[in-house]
Amino acid sequence: MQVNWFKYAAPANFFPLAGKIYPWFYVFAALLAVAGMYIGFFVAPTDFQQGEAYRIIFIHVPAAWMSMFLYLVMAFYASLGFIFNTRLSSMMARAIAPTGAMFTFLALWTGSMWGRPMWGAYWVWDARLTSELILFFLYIGFMALQAAIDDPRRGDKAGGVLALVGAINVPIIYFSVKWWNTLHQGSSINLTRAPSMASIMLWGMLLMALSFWMYSIAVILSRVQCVIAERERRAAWLQHIEPHTT
Amino acid sequence: MPKGTDLLQLNKLACVKGERLLFSGLSCEIPSGSLVRVTGANGAGKTSLLRMIAGLSEPAAGEIVWKSQNTRLSRSEFLQDILYLGHASAIKDELLPAENLMANCTIQGEAFSAPEVHAVLEELGMGERLDVESLSLSAGQRRRIALARVWLTHRPLWLLDEPFNALDVKSVEQLCLQISYHVGEGGICLYTTHQPVDIVSNRQLTIPLDAFCQPAKAQSDPSVLNGLIL
Amino acid sequence: MSPAIQNQSSSFAMAIALLRRDLLLVYRRRSDSVTVLVFFSIVVSLFPLGVGADPTMLRLIGGGVVWVAALLSAMLSLPRLFSSDFADGTLEQLVLSPQPLALTVGIKCLAHWLATGIPLALMAPLLGLQFGLDSDALWVLSLGVLMGTPILSLIGAVGTALTLGLRGGNLLVALLVLPLNIPVLILGAGAVDAAQSGLGAGAHLSLLGALLIMTLIGAPFAAASALRISLD
Repeated sequence: MQVNWFKYAAPANFFPLAGKIYPWFYVFAALLAVAGMYIGFFVAPTDFQQGEAYRIIFIHVPAAWMSMFLYLVMAFYASLGFIFNTRLSSMMARAIAPTGAMFTFLALWTGSMWGRPMWGAYWVWDARLTSELILFFLYIGFMALQAAIDDPRRGDKAGGVLALVGAINVPIIYFSVKWWNTLHQGSSINLTRAPSMASIMLWGMLLMALSFWMYSIAVILSRVQCVIAERERRAAWLQHIEPHTT
Repeated sequence: MPKGTDLLQLNKLACVKGERLLFSGLSCEIPSGSLVRVTGANGAGKTSLLRMIAGLSEPAAGEIVWKSQNTRLSRSEFLQDILYLGHASAIKDELLPAENLMANCTIQGEAFSAPEVHAVLEELGMGERLDVESLSLSAGQRRRIALARVWLTHRPLWLLDEPFNALDVKSVEQLCLQISYHVGEGGICLYTTHQPVDIVSNRQLTIPLDAFCQPAKAQSDPSVLNGLIL
Repeated sequence: MSPAIQNQSSSFAMAIALLRRDLLLVYRRRSDSVTVLVFFSIVVSLFPLGVGADPTMLRLIGGGVVWVAALLSAMLSLPRLFSSDFADGTLEQLVLSPQPLALTVGIKCLAHWLATGIPLALMAPLLGLQFGLDSDALWVLSLGVLMGTPILSLIGAVGTALTLGLRGGNLLVALLVLPLNIPVLILGAGAVDAAQSGLGAGAHLSLLGALLIMTLIGAPFAAASALRISLD
């Protein structure tokens, strides 16, 4: 069967598609989360050094992965929208930002909750946590810029430039923070490389990461529906469609 | 630069501001020697049209063709042919009138000597104010410094947005004369104004923006908006 | 009257004229530049008052403190880059100039750097003295600020260009630009530390130089597109 993908590049055609598929991603997310949590809480062995508290990495690490991944996806969409003037891409970028920021916050929060029993401090200037904090600032900056601009087209394009500049800077920031960390801190503190990580733990984290991924897709699709509806509320096609979907 | 054979074509231009469609389907041909007055009610998009032609904003649809080339593709050549003067005078408080004028000309790629610039400013009645910083000038005097470029430039296509604002009667007359001299020589001038002015010209055109604005219809017609979707 | 004889000047002449105009404006508004320097020294002086005057600790934090203050001072001077040009219509004329907009942005950043970056670099060792930095570290500090401030101006240009004419634009610029400037801070302050501990600041300064070159290549284009977007 031939599928014309470009058809769905128009918001008018994408809107019903997004509405149809996003509930499924919630279902996948829930199933994967149950499996991941089961491995994390019941199958994975207790760590001989860290006890039960280490189990928070089943949330922390996937959240950190998602936060970085989503920033790249957001930058990709935003620059696509900026370069090729495709409106849907910019709307996707707009819809991704809050979810990315949420995962960044989650990673920071769980990181500090883990830090308390491990190192006796809620916050350590570990390279990973510091980069995560800076990533959080980048997300906030992106959202603040788009919120400050009233004209949606200008907001889209400005967001595109900012996300592109940010994406080029992310590796530079990451490596400079890492370098700073090795120079300033004698003892290296590493959240992910827990001693002798069992492969079952890795499986748990992977399942949780997949679950977060599915959840992100579901949330982003339903949010992009809102963005489209808000933008095109004057367009005739939406007025035909609205009674069925709401 | 040969004058007299230039042609400015507007093809099906549309302008969207925010969520409002200001005008659409605007097409016309403007041969050299034309004096074009852009008319329309407040908010009809007169300034937007001039900015669009200058390339400061992108048309939501349509294209602008100058000397049979799309201006977006031959941007740097096009910019050497236009003189755009907007609402704001681009006058710095800290600079002397002549410094302001020379700086504005040079950033546009037109260099003039100090005597030339002084002569024009004196012609425009700025003779006594040449050695004071522009901070103390009135709105009309600032306007005159900005407009002085019209006397210096050799560029064929003039885009003047409300050039008569804040000018006194004598300056209005001078500007009208200069514009009719320019179009008489084969130049083109597009301008907007709210006050009645009398500019002598053989070929007078009007772009009535109100005629290209169908708000109720356009905004409920999906085909117009789909044209904007890429 | 007949128009004057036209003389289409080259891109280079336009660039020089723009630089001259911007420097003339800086000269006529020189109190602005002084304000930035005063702000710089006030912020630096606040730190000993806040953390205590223990000489060993001050020597440890000196480089970082001066760098953070330099970052904030450069930040404070950013509105001068485009906002007055935006308000009085000069920016439209700059965008309509036949020379490439990225070059125009580069020239404006150069003028901004000459007016703020160089004074900050000259002032930094004086403030470093208050923290008991030794002469090697002072040299590295000054050189680092000299190399780092153009990056701050260029990245700042992108931020200010994006926020032209927005409500609360100045605060927003800080939010957008400060996280992007973190590598400059890390490398600059790291160089001072390295010089103090006798490791040599070569590696830090080389990386800072590499960052400067990358920013010089990329930022003017980003800022130019941002300007076009903001004027649209």
